[in-house]
Amino acid sequence: MQLEQMYQEIILDHYRTPHGAGLREPFDAESFQINPTCGDEITLRVRMEGDVVADVSYETLGCSISQASASVLTDLVVGKSKEDSLTVLGAFQAMAQGRGQVEPDEDVLGDGVAFAGVARYPARVKCALLGWMAFKDALVRSEEKP
Amino acid sequence: MDVTKIRADFPILSRTVRDGKPLVYLDSGATSQRPRQVLDAERAFLEQHNAAVHRGAHQLAEEATDAYESARARIAAFVGAAPDEVVFTKNATEGVNLVAYAFSNAATFGGESARFAVGPGDEIVITELEHHANLVPWQELCRRTGATLRWYSVTDDGRVDLDSIELTERTKIVAFAHQSNVLGTVLPVAELVARAKAVGALTLLDACQSVPHMPVHFGELGVDFAVFSGHKMLGPSGVGVLYGRAELLAAMPPFLTGGSMIEMVRMEGSTYAAPPQRFEAGVPMTSQAVGLGAAVDYLTDIGMDAVHEHELELVDRALAGLAEVPGVRVVGPRDLVDRGGAVAFVVDGVHAHDVGQVLDDRGVAVRVGHHCAWPLHRRFGVAATVRASFHVYSTPEEVDALVEAVRAAREFFGVS
Repeated sequence: MQLEQMYQEIILDHYRTPHGAGLREPFDAESFQINPTCGDEITLRVRMEGDVVADVSYETLGCSISQASASVLTDLVVGKSKEDSLTVLGAFQAMAQGRGQVEPDEDVLGDGVAFAGVARYPARVKCALLGWMAFKDALVRSEEKP
Repeated sequence: MDVTKIRADFPILSRTVRDGKPLVYLDSGATSQRPRQVLDAERAFLEQHNAAVHRGAHQLAEEATDAYESARARIAAFVGAAPDEVVFTKNATEGVNLVAYAFSNAATFGGESARFAVGPGDEIVITELEHHANLVPWQELCRRTGATLRWYSVTDDGRVDLDSIELTERTKIVAFAHQSNVLGTVLPVAELVARAKAVGALTLLDACQSVPHMPVHFGELGVDFAVFSGHKMLGPSGVGVLYGRAELLAAMPPFLTGGSMIEMVRMEGSTYAAPPQRFEAGVPMTSQAVGLGAAVDYLTDIGMDAVHEHELELVDRALAGLAEVPGVRVVGPRDLVDRGGAVAFVVDGVHAHDVGQVLDDRGVAVRVGHHCAWPLHRRFGVAATVRASFHVYSTPEEVDALVEAVRAAREFFGVS
């Protein structure tokens, strides 16, 4: 059954018990992203401590893939430097948009490798990337902060 | 009606998807499949008669023009219109934009077209259940002209609340769907037309979800304009129709301009052809129009009453089947009164995308999302729904497969 390739147990676990969910203060920047094809939304906040991503908090209205992806994101980027978090983001994006042809590196992506199956369903790639796009946007906004 | 025989005309319905599962195509509301008769008509036209229509005097040009105009006449008869009341557009969306732009162009075009001009204080009225195609063009018309957009709200059971607003003498046009592409609700066209007429407003009917599924006669409905698309009625994509009462089209300024739509061109200025040519600038889609003519012939042979009855049986079965699945909520009317063949629903605890994925894994193709009716989804407090929709080739067994797959989705996500 193909279904289990997409909805791996790791994804379903993150979906049922999301890590870092909810919006928290203080934060340096917030991003609101929407998937125009389905109406799914995420509001995501970033708090920086110097060059380190100190906290990522979020609220989503979306499918299991988008929620689990946001949960995995917090695991992967909190505590990392900005540069390292962007490296992870790049690796996740490359895998998600790789149509199943990109071999993910578990050392970089951790639980994120579970989303390799999603890459084989082009219609769901945006779901997996929604939170990551919000994170990228929030990082940029945090730099603009005086 | 022999559905088995009908299905044999649709080659795509016999293919398999997702590792050998038979295709259960329940997304005809988005686009319908096309029978061999339509594909053959397009191919025959292209192999035997292809030429640019309404230009050239050679034999192929004559034959192509005849095929194009014959399609127009048959399509017009199919919806209770005269041939010169049927304008070919690329789709229904273009049809709505054509009218909206004609309205804003009217302010400066002069002559008889002044009657269509809208400005500050004027009102454009729609409903809350419209497809974006019958919503955004009116928002933009209001932005260009300073007119105000107002709308009838939708009741909890998915009907248009006729008491939610009153039309005024400043209402210029009332634009509404014949049948909701999400809820399946059939709107009270006669009542809306009567109310519009009482204040001197025009009407535009979005017939995308009615013309393919039930007998529709624009003349009898009394609407001023109507739009529908070919690809939802067993025909090709890339062709749609704008219907306009002859007297209105004759007074309306053009939307797109260029070749074919002119009467006389001088460097200083031009005059324009009579409708429908005035609204068909450039070399039009031709094999698509011919294909749509073949689709109309195909539907006429079956009979639209029979098509409608068949679809209502499927809706009835779907509503009954889904009602028995715990945690499933149908968004829209739950009976067959003033209802057609789109069944939208949510599954408690499982996002529509995830439901759709499980369905897809079992070969069941449905639409998930907001179905280009985002405000309507907000009205019902949901981000997305699952929508099953039918056509003449859909079967009761496919409805059962849908219901079974919804049960499987609940099981997969552990909400059963």
